[in-house]
Amino acid sequence: MDAIFVIEQSLNGLQFGLMLFLLAAGLTLVFGIMDMINLAHGSLYMIGAYLAAALVSYTGSFALGIVGSLAGTALIGVLLEVTLLRTLYQRDHLSQVLATFALILILNEVVRLIWGPQPVALNLPEALSGPVELLPGLTYPAYRLLIIGIGIAVAILLYFLVSHTRVGMWVRAGASNREMAMAMGVNVRGLFSAVFAFGAALSALAGVLLGPLLAVQVGMGESILILAFVVIVVGGIGSIRGAFIGAVLAGMVDTLGRTLLPMSLRAVSSPEVASNLGPALASILIYVLMAAVLFWRPQGLFPARG
Amino acid sequence: MTSLLHHPARPWAEGIALGLLVAFPLLMLRIDEPFYTVLASRILIFALAATSLNLLVGFGGMVCFGQAAFFGTGAYVVGIAMHHGVTAAWITWPLAVGVSALVAAVIGALSLRTRGVYFIMITLAFAQMIYYLFVSLKAYGGDDGLPLMQRSDLPFGLDATVDEVLYYAVLLIVVLCLLAVRRLVNSSFGRALQAIRENESRAEAIGFPVFRIKLMSFIISGAMAGLAGALVANQTQLASPALLQWHQSGMLLIMVLLGGVGYVYGGVLGAAILLLLEETLSSHTIYWQLGLGLALLAVVLFARNGLLSLWNRARA
Repeated sequence: MDAIFVIEQSLNGLQFGLMLFLLAAGLTLVFGIMDMINLAHGSLYMIGAYLAAALVSYTGSFALGIVGSLAGTALIGVLLEVTLLRTLYQRDHLSQVLATFALILILNEVVRLIWGPQPVALNLPEALSGPVELLPGLTYPAYRLLIIGIGIAVAILLYFLVSHTRVGMWVRAGASNREMAMAMGVNVRGLFSAVFAFGAALSALAGVLLGPLLAVQVGMGESILILAFVVIVVGGIGSIRGAFIGAVLAGMVDTLGRTLLPMSLRAVSSPEVASNLGPALASILIYVLMAAVLFWRPQGLFPARG
Repeated sequence: MTSLLHHPARPWAEGIALGLLVAFPLLMLRIDEPFYTVLASRILIFALAATSLNLLVGFGGMVCFGQAAFFGTGAYVVGIAMHHGVTAAWITWPLAVGVSALVAAVIGALSLRTRGVYFIMITLAFAQMIYYLFVSLKAYGGDDGLPLMQRSDLPFGLDATVDEVLYYAVLLIVVLCLLAVRRLVNSSFGRALQAIRENESRAEAIGFPVFRIKLMSFIISGAMAGLAGALVANQTQLASPALLQWHQSGMLLIMVLLGGVGYVYGGVLGAAILLLLEETLSSHTIYWQLGLGLALLAVVLFARNGLLSLWNRARA
């Protein structure tokens, strides 16, 4: 019974970590190549979920909703990049933080204007709503399994793109030394628009996939954005491998901390203390992880810059 | 030619501004609009918090994304002390300053090992830890925050429940802090801090104890933000988790940037503009954050170092 519980929670942790990876992958590339802090990345996640909810209820097809939402969000991402974010690359981090913070406020209100303040429903397709029996005695929701599958597939695809294609080589070159890459003839500007669109689509994918599990509402992108930043800082800015390891680590630590910590606290102290202290410690755990990593490795686990 | 690192007093402008601020509540009582006194107190309190952040960002070049941690800690110290029956301002307000300074010392000692983006992120991480810590303290209100039964008892039998009295207490504290900040940035310590902002390696090569100077200013900044937190808890009679949230850190950064990074009065101007903008916009539409966002974007794009820099550019 206990082993099954731990396996189940580990799968949940993996699933959450992979979704964090989808967000963090785009963020870390944007950050690594253009040295740009984009707080509005979480807004793209929100927009992706809203677009999917609208499309699914309009067309009735979940797959169509995903595809449309990814394309739409990528388009919005490119529009933002070309009109606004591009002017911020040369500015200091403070200006970037503030401009994209302003963008969060704007996009939140625009979404509220269009869809209203109430959370929107994004329903699961019928076929995926049931559980699957993985092991005797271990059943797991089919939809969460699908998310894990998609997450792993995207991670493999990204790994292939980044380390085995020419475009991926440009991306790595840009992340490790932007000036040198430009001097060697890489079209960093065009490359960046493409990377930004790709990152926007990935964050929309995370929004669509998590939409049925969490609520599709205004501000949904902000708490997860902070976690995605934790992930890329832990992993090392600009590194896809770092983002992957950091994301899975953060997902595991967060999920297992939330379930196992209160349980083990109950074993050693009074239930009252456990119920008070447990959730607090669990929420803090992920930030403790980040502080510890930065303390011992100030550049993250896998720094992209030599 | 005056030094760029020197921030001179402007006796005329400051005297007039102080005179107006002193007369303000009386004027509002006269025209029977006491609400504006409350708003003015709020602006002054946030001006103090933003000024504390400006000391770090503007003069030390340390972009701290966790200032809300100290702000909220100050508020909670006053709230928790009152929860246990300690109501005297002369005990709880200095206590709030002390605890915030202590928290800043710990966070600073750990965070200042990192630079740039990593510093932004690690201060954010520590602020989030403090946030979740207070939210989880069910005995002190948890998610709902800790309401204060009353305002702190001021010395000399002054009654802080009268909004005008609290306003003058806040005004006195803010003016003293602003004077202290100007004194600090013009002192040899402040020059060293600005030297570190301009070029850390050079400052170190000259022989300044870089880490110690940065940590000292981090602690001073945290203490000042804690004092602002103690004041805001008194004004709203609530120690709210919202004060600790990362949104609050963002808002304080915005105030600094809006007013002017590295100008002594940058935080004051930024707080005044942002809160007035919020007040006017929110009375017209529930979508006021849209207008706020657009205004902020315009400032970031067109007034690169804040509104005070526009003023200086016009004079130059």
